[in-house]
Amino acid sequence: MKPQRHARPRWLTSAALVLMLTGCSEIKPWVKPYERDNLADPVMSLSRHGKADAYMHHVYQARESARGAEGGSGGGCGCN
Amino acid sequence: MAATDRLRPGVGGLTVLLSMASPVPAATLPVDNVDVLYHRYDGGGMVIDGPSVLVRKSAGPQVSLTGQYYVDSVSAASVDVLATASPYTEERTEYSLGVDYLHEDAVLSLGFTDSSENDYDAKTVHIAVSQEFFGGLSTVTMGYANGWDEVGMVGNDGFREDADRRNYRLGFSQVLTRNSLLGLDLEVITDEGYLENPYRQNRYLDPGDATAYLYQPERYPDSRTSTAVALRGLYYLPYRASVRGEYRYFTDSWGIEAHTVELAYVHGLNARWSLEGSLRYYTQDAADFYADLFPYENSQTYLARDKELSALSGTTIATGAVYEWKQTAIPGIQRLQFSLLVDWLSFDYDNFRDVTARGDYLPGEEPLYSFDAWVTRASLILEY
Repeated sequence: MKPQRHARPRWLTSAALVLMLTGCSEIKPWVKPYERDNLADPVMSLSRHGKADAYMHHVYQARESARGAEGGSGGGCGCN
Repeated sequence: MAATDRLRPGVGGLTVLLSMASPVPAATLPVDNVDVLYHRYDGGGMVIDGPSVLVRKSAGPQVSLTGQYYVDSVSAASVDVLATASPYTEERTEYSLGVDYLHEDAVLSLGFTDSSENDYDAKTVHIAVSQEFFGGLSTVTMGYANGWDEVGMVGNDGFREDADRRNYRLGFSQVLTRNSLLGLDLEVITDEGYLENPYRQNRYLDPGDATAYLYQPERYPDSRTSTAVALRGLYYLPYRASVRGEYRYFTDSWGIEAHTVELAYVHGLNARWSLEGSLRYYTQDAADFYADLFPYENSQTYLARDKELSALSGTTIATGAVYEWKQTAIPGIQRLQFSLLVDWLSFDYDNFRDVTARGDYLPGEEPLYSFDAWVTRASLILEY
């Protein structure tokens, strides 16, 4: 009977490879500016509707005890 | 009689103010724009609607100024109001001013807001800095807000109390791949002062008649500290659409823990039209000093029967349609976006009973309260 191998997750292999390749050198930004079309699409915005989004935070804060960390900025900057 | 169940300013005011800086991705200033919103909340006996107008204008390449006007027109006949008072109408008006300053890879934001109504005034100042690094893939934001509220009472000119609020925010966002983003937010809020509602009452069993109950004023601790942490991810699908997932954990010094989960989908129909939908679930447990019915008068130091402090769960189903027109043919307008958003909210309370329910119920045996609400938003954003 053939011994069963434990499959190593592919992401773990990739991460190890990245670390080995980078070694002591500086990690470079891996998404180049010209590769950010999709990220810049409005469908990828966390605050696409401007004040209309902030209004919903206001509604929930009035009806629920939880508050804060609502997020909602374009880059997920955490300022809302 | 004034409010016992309104959309209070307070921390909500902080949110509105802090959000003035929210569309600012680090290292760029937002485009000049006018953001006009009509909002309407209708449910649980409350109708709250009004306009919001925000104008943003740059002053040179490094400075962007904002001004906002916001109104809540309230018509209230909620279960709280009907239990101990009479339906009422009132209006809250809010003005905000803000400035964003761009310096290399950082944006510094300052803001001030003033909210007023006939028995409640709130002033807030806010500062935030957002720093982009790692080739624009990472952004860190730190924010601080301080609010000063003055609580009054209609019909009692001698009543005046204060509440101070401090709000600390830390946010981190990271571009993971060319199709995915991750955001982590932490927020700590502290309140000190008069935190109860001067109108709201709680009930206790009538010592002279076990089949009846009496009301007494609510009494809260004079401080509250809460912590919320949220993780959200956004992924661009192989076609023009995105999915978003969020989870938020909340805890506070009043013994409340809450969880929020949200899943959203945005679908681009073509270059101009897109549709969106989301599902949100929220659950919390009760504050330590909350009870629907206290056993006798002043039975404990702190007494609350605010349904927002009860154990509850809420579900939201949201839908929306967005029309976006880039490089418009309208003179002076570079981009136009119109959104119509309709949300259905449903809340179920685990320990808040409907004392207005028809029928003969013994105290504490009334049906549990629940309600639903419709939130409608019509938003027009013009970039110029």
